[in-house]
Amino acid sequence: MTVLEQPGSSRHTSGPAGPPPAWRPRVDPAPLLPEAEPHRLLGTDAARRLDPALLKRLYTELVRGRRYNTQATALTRQGRLAVYPSSAGQEACQVAAALALDEQDWLFPSYRDTLAAVARGLDPVQALTLLRGDWHTGYDPYEHRIAPLCTPLATQLPHAVGLAHAARLKGDDVVALAMVGDGGTSEGDFHEALNFAAVWQAPVVFLVQNNGFAISVPLAKQTAAPTLAHKAVGYGMPGRLVDGNDAPALHEVLTEAVRRAREGGGPTLVEAVTYRIDAHTNADDATRYRTQAEVESWRAHDPIALLERELTDRDLLTEEFATATRDGAERLAADLRERMHTEPPLDPMDLFDHVFTQQTGQLRAQAAQLRAELDAEAEGHPETTTGTATPAQEARP
Amino acid sequence: MTTTTAPTARKPATMAQALTRALRDAMAEDPAVHVMGEDVGTLGGVFRVTDGLAEEFGEDRCSDTPLAEAGILGTAVGMAMYGLRPVVEMQFDAFAYPAFEQLISHVARMRNRTRGAVAMPLTIRIPYGGGIGGVEHHSDSSEAYYLATPGLQVVTPATVEDAYGLLRASIASDDPVVFLEPKRLYWTKADWSPDAPAPVAPLGRAEIRRRGSSATLITYGPSLPVCLEAAEAARAEGWDLEVLDLRTLVPFDDDTVCASVRRTGRAVIVHESNGFGGPGGEIAARITERCFHYLEAPVLRVAGFDIPYPPPMLERHHLPGVDRILDTVARLQWESRWTEGRGA
Ligand SMILES: Cc1ncc(C[n+]2csc(CCOP(=O)(O)OP(=O)(O)O)c2C)c(N)n1
Repeated sequence: MTVLEQPGSSRHTSGPAGPPPAWRPRVDPAPLLPEAEPHRLLGTDAARRLDPALLKRLYTELVRGRRYNTQATALTRQGRLAVYPSSAGQEACQVAAALALDEQDWLFPSYRDTLAAVARGLDPVQALTLLRGDWHTGYDPYEHRIAPLCTPLATQLPHAVGLAHAARLKGDDVVALAMVGDGGTSEGDFHEALNFAAVWQAPVVFLVQNNGFAISVPLAKQTAAPTLAHKAVGYGMPGRLVDGNDAPALHEVLTEAVRRAREGGGPTLVEAVTYRIDAHTNADDATRYRTQAEVESWRAHDPIALLERELTDRDLLTEEFATATRDGAERLAADLRERMHTEPPLDPMDLFDHVFTQQTGQLRAQAAQLRAELDAEAEGHPETTTGTATPAQEARP
Repeated sequence: MTTTTAPTARKPATMAQALTRALRDAMAEDPAVHVMGEDVGTLGGVFRVTDGLAEEFGEDRCSDTPLAEAGILGTAVGMAMYGLRPVVEMQFDAFAYPAFEQLISHVARMRNRTRGAVAMPLTIRIPYGGGIGGVEHHSDSSEAYYLATPGLQVVTPATVEDAYGLLRASIASDDPVVFLEPKRLYWTKADWSPDAPAPVAPLGRAEIRRRGSSATLITYGPSLPVCLEAAEAARAEGWDLEVLDLRTLVPFDDDTVCASVRRTGRAVIVHESNGFGGPGGEIAARITERCFHYLEAPVLRVAGFDIPYPPPMLERHHLPGVDRILDTVARLQWESRWTEGRGA
């Protein structure tokens, strides 16, 4: 029997067009659909019921986060960092992502998500190694369960799915939370990751930080979808839309998504609607593609100010707490400043140490060559290499 | 083919500006030429190579695409099938990798698999190479992947003039071109007016940048200025080095290379991509096959180490520099015949 003769093949069935009666949707799409408006808590009655300790914790982290962003940006101006993609304005996403996870869970950050890694407990200097340029990843991913900060867009998402899947196969209670920008949702890897996650029902949460731009390209040129959260439905997972500057709302949505994943409910796609207040990186000229008025309108919806209002209304922002928070943030900045002003210890021989588990003969020979060159250099032979130092300007992720 | 703009006084222009002008001239001459990629519109590209094109030709001719390299190149294939001449920008070397499927499975072999019926007149511009202090994934030398793929022309300018001339020729070519822009030379200046007539440089022809008689340094793209500097420094050692700029890796100009090596009797290939499996191995083999009896010494290579591209603070140790080139030249068996006594 050839394929064409198969019963049921549309060429040979008469009757009404369309699929046979046995067809039905595999999943009811309605519960997967995101909110019509971004979920918010701050400024609503529900906010009154939020745990004061949680609000204060979020506030402390947001203030630290903002200070970290301004300090890191300052370090680029002093030439201490090659480049810094600031998350100013997006601190609520960074903080909520970190706080939504338990210790055994994994974070899969993009290059912009240093702050999420720091909020998860990573040493602030180690988090900046990539951007300073002394090594690609400045920490052991297993120590804090934070994957390397990922520069090629969306490529960390399938990793998150695979890790979560593997953990579940082993019977471990591990959830992976992977972060991506609005631009990154256009990459094939994003779509493949979502599909795998849904098919495998992997314990993964995808957090899209929709900050309005992929470098210069506005969301309207990136997607024609009603919202990015809607993309979830096509893969068969719930999409959640949340105000990305409302830290408690984000915390609620992410914590719920993590819980669902942990309990075997499968993946969730969360779109956080936020805004990149700073340029793409310190090297980018944002005036080319957006107006100051737009930036200002978002400043009025600043995540720290929003939370501060709530704390004030509830008399939680005591003088003492405010001072302690500010001091803590200053200590973080001072520590960062001080340690980033010290030259990192660099050993060029490291170049050969971690290419393979066991160094090959070929690499040993090349290491010996470099060793000899370094020795000659140390003996004072003038060195004439070409790695022309460059304006950090051109080093953008 | 030259442009019609009236000549003006020559003044310094950068390689990036020459590329911009090549795109503008090509778009002005042929409405089928379309520029597309990430941030190429309003921003003018992260290296500003497409600056002003969207304004001048409209967003349909110079368009910001969604952020998806496979999508960019895949749609360009369809556009080319329908008679357009897409010029695609991949933002950085390592970000072209998602497009490999399209490049290798379709772009490179479309003509062949359709017995010549479907051409792929598209140009894929990729800023490549290191030396600019870029963080991870911003400094790869990916040329070996491309030249290992039959059906792709691989072009890489090293001078401001060539940036213009080779890009024009690439866009005019009816076959696909991977156009590798050495990003550390973007700001190289030459006495070249952005308005003066500029020649189109033919693909597949190498150029001797410095005449010499003792040995030939064979190089391309980002390593050309290094080789020229090394050749100057080598005079102190009594070596008169010839420096040959390949300009296109595919097609490969065997004739110019062999003529030079036969004259000098010695060859050193210099590039910053990994030595093992890198372009130098292929070039050395071709020289050996064609010039064996003229060689005074084995063909040597100076290349990047066989390691993933290092972080910026260590990249100077990886990139072939003047010293490493001179050390290699010193190993060219000088003692063998006429330069007795000068050996490594
Ligand atoms: C695969 C890939 N293509 C291109 C780039 C270059 N690039 C770096 S950031 C960026 C924009 C990303 O925008 P988005 O995903 O919205 O994240 P955001 O920077 O706004 O956080 C681009 C195009 C990259 N890093 N990876």
